[in-house]
Amino acid sequence: MNAPDWVSVCSKNAIEPGMAGTVPVDGGPEIAVFHTIGGDFYALVNSCPHKGGPLSQGIVHGDSVSCPLHNWRISLRSGEALGDDEGCTPTIPLKVEDELIWLDRAVILAEQRA
Amino acid sequence: MNAQSTINASGRMAGKERLVVIGNGMAGCRAVEEILAACPDRFAITIFGAEPRVNYNRIMLSSVLAGERSFDEIVVNSEDWYTDNAIKLIAGDPVVHIDREAQQVVSRGGVIESFDKLLIATGSDPFVIPVPGKDLGGVVTFRDLDDVEAMLAAANTSKQAVVIGGGLLGLEAAHGLSLRGMEVTVLHLMPTLMERQLDEAAGFLLKSELEGRGMTILTGADTGEIVEADGKVAGVKLKDGTEIEADLVVMAVGIRPNGTLAKASGINVERGIVVDDHMVTSDPNILAVGECVQHRGACYGLVAPLWDMCRSLAARLAEQPKGYKGSVTSTKLKVSGVDLFSAGDFSGGEDCEDIVMRDASRGIYKRVVVKDNKVIGAVLYGDTQDGNWYFDLLKKEEDVSEIREALIFGQAFASGGVSLDPKAAVAALSDDAEICGCNGVSKAQVVGCINNGANSVDAVRSTCKASASCGSCTSLVESLLALTLGDEVEESANTMCGCTSFGHDHVREAIVEREFKSIPEVMQELHWSTPDGCSKCRPALNYYLLCAWPGEYIDDQKSRFVNERLHANIQKDGTYSVVPRMWGGVTNPRELRAIADVTEKYNARMVKVTGGQRLDIFGIKKEDLPAVWADLNAAGMVSGHAYGKSLRTVKTCVGSEWCRFGTQDSTGLGIKLEQMSWGSWMPHKFKMAVSGCPRNCAEATIKDFGVICVDSGYEIHIGGNGGIKVRVTDLIGRVETEEEALELSAAFIQLYREDAWYLERTAPWVERKGLEWVKSQLFDDPATVPALAERFRHSQSFSQDDPWAQRAAGERSDLHSHVGSIGAGPPTDGAIKQVEPAE
Repeated sequence: MNAPDWVSVCSKNAIEPGMAGTVPVDGGPEIAVFHTIGGDFYALVNSCPHKGGPLSQGIVHGDSVSCPLHNWRISLRSGEALGDDEGCTPTIPLKVEDELIWLDRAVILAEQRA
Repeated sequence: MNAQSTINASGRMAGKERLVVIGNGMAGCRAVEEILAACPDRFAITIFGAEPRVNYNRIMLSSVLAGERSFDEIVVNSEDWYTDNAIKLIAGDPVVHIDREAQQVVSRGGVIESFDKLLIATGSDPFVIPVPGKDLGGVVTFRDLDDVEAMLAAANTSKQAVVIGGGLLGLEAAHGLSLRGMEVTVLHLMPTLMERQLDEAAGFLLKSELEGRGMTILTGADTGEIVEADGKVAGVKLKDGTEIEADLVVMAVGIRPNGTLAKASGINVERGIVVDDHMVTSDPNILAVGECVQHRGACYGLVAPLWDMCRSLAARLAEQPKGYKGSVTSTKLKVSGVDLFSAGDFSGGEDCEDIVMRDASRGIYKRVVVKDNKVIGAVLYGDTQDGNWYFDLLKKEEDVSEIREALIFGQAFASGGVSLDPKAAVAALSDDAEICGCNGVSKAQVVGCINNGANSVDAVRSTCKASASCGSCTSLVESLLALTLGDEVEESANTMCGCTSFGHDHVREAIVEREFKSIPEVMQELHWSTPDGCSKCRPALNYYLLCAWPGEYIDDQKSRFVNERLHANIQKDGTYSVVPRMWGGVTNPRELRAIADVTEKYNARMVKVTGGQRLDIFGIKKEDLPAVWADLNAAGMVSGHAYGKSLRTVKTCVGSEWCRFGTQDSTGLGIKLEQMSWGSWMPHKFKMAVSGCPRNCAEATIKDFGVICVDSGYEIHIGGNGGIKVRVTDLIGRVETEEEALELSAAFIQLYREDAWYLERTAPWVERKGLEWVKSQLFDDPATVPALAERFRHSQSFSQDDPWAQRAAGERSDLHSHVGSIGAGPPTDGAIKQVEPAE
């Protein structure tokens, strides 16, 4: 595994708690950046493992998000479907530094090739 | 893992015995489940089923017919179960021959399977009375899904049904057909209904109840022939000459064990396939379970004995024979709103004591039959809460002389008279008392699965299937949860969600009485168990607060479902559809032009006329929504709220202005209703309609609020639903003027807004509260309607702002744009795209 290729995408204030922002990627899948009500940030590929619903548009609660299409609950930590459902959405390494959100572009671009 | 891939060409899995099961029904599959649990690795299993589908819960077919459940909801074992257990399922291809010498079975399609052990579970066949006309088109039995589908198809095109047979099955069929809108006549040969399960008094109560629901019940009715016209059923003629018109005849007079195949292969068959206490037939390698068998002279047509048989069978195969000793059975009728329980022998007799209680005003009748100080039978009508307890006393043959005095008052009184706590009643049940009759789950099994971590009704349902079928035992499961886990599951009955132990009503009352003004405050004060709720409770709380504090509470965008947050409908591909309001369904060239222009400009993929007489523009991207709204706003159109839990549309016909039958200006009234109520948030979507005459072209009788114009004024209807479960409205009154119709509409909407649970439409709400309650809330006090209407108007004064206009003007543009982007080029520190910090 190569060293992270950190790229800053937005100010951490751009996403209010309990909401998500979207980041389109040239040559990669769209990313959803989540800001939980508790103040944590997570990034996932913006696609539910069930039918590809845009997770960024779901309701964020605790450290999970409920997909707007069929209400699957996805863990923001692991990307895995919770409860009785099975499936996993890729997670993207994220860090908050200098009031900015940073994502690992190498992992994002690898998702497209995978 | 694919089942076939693990089986070699001879059909024999390495080292395993071959078990072939004939019958993919409740008994066959349950036996396999028990065998897999008792000796998981012993058999390579093949199941033959005559029906082309997976195993489903046949006793729930009446719920499918009644429209209470879909087929998917009554599937017991899905395809995954067969795959996961490497079971080869050959469905839709019945076995036609058993070669006992060669130990093989042959199917109609020519499939040959060898067996070491064969299990016959061929169930029973419906009995068809041999009268002329029995083979006509339109004559069906009530046994499998095909029968149900035939009845549903008939209900769509026909009006009149005759059900022959007033037993359990016949009455469930009649109930289902009646709910599907058919005029139903039940013909029963005996003088009272369900005479095998009910005594005369209970049979009479049941008859009155069903007649009150519009069915015709003819007892002592002996069918002579089925009358034909044009090659189809036209009616039924009784032996006394009475003729009843019918375009559908359902024969539900009884079932007969299906031992045909067994008999043909030389196995001992009397009324059913004769088995010993270990379910072994006259051939030691061939076993049989279910309705097809005869055990100690008895054949059973109910589900509970079947579970007992399957357990005995598995125990025997696991070399731990317990032996089946026969079953005492109990019955419940699955007709919604009729509580009826019967068990054991109630025919009475010389040395029997009858203990009877009648409460005419509450419609309750109870009878317990005691012999030698033991309960031998019980019939309960109207209040079946103690059914399980009596049944338990009966099976245990317990001496009841100590509690004889209080026996009829039920367990709470009889076991000491100190406690009316339902938990105590459940606590007193024995471990093998049956909790769930549909799935044959005992108290010990439910408690076991709770102890293994199932801490909610849903968890119990998915683990041991108790309460997962008809749901009539849900309260027992809840009591067991409360009993086993203590306070952790208190008030689980109608809790809003897993985050709280409180129900909707309690939370709503607390919001008003304790003046909670925000979601975090509610969660804090009511001890929510999660930090910030879930996708179920957050939208509900947001609505409750909005309804309680109009103009004061600040809407919480993050607690809204995406459709309401983005004021458009999310579709399966992640694009959105947009519906502008067309007041009363009326439009004009300017609006049509604007819709056409938007469709082209933003590459929408379809324009569709909705069921509510509006135009829906499909395939709009999230980013384009504000521009689309701006263009539609420019043509004078506002949001249709087609996405929201709010007023959707008011459907109208053309009424007196154009129609030669129209009695009033239905279009005009529809427009006024829509202009009064648009923009209001509701517990669920809310639809209205106005029809200009009783021809009802606007279909106002399946709307939440419907008006039928008549010469003398306006008929007001409420609580209709054209959705999953069709419900026709109830008429709540007639008014003379448009103003009164509008006022009553506002009052009704506000009553619904203030009382219903979130995501509860008016139809289930009216049924839960009762029509009389709704009427009394509106009409008992002449001051109520104006007061409710005034509260609605007050709330509307804050909510009739077009959400599209605000968004098109730039408000919350962050919801429609990306926060940043990532290019393909090399990383740079300056890859950040400038964004406005959120508030």
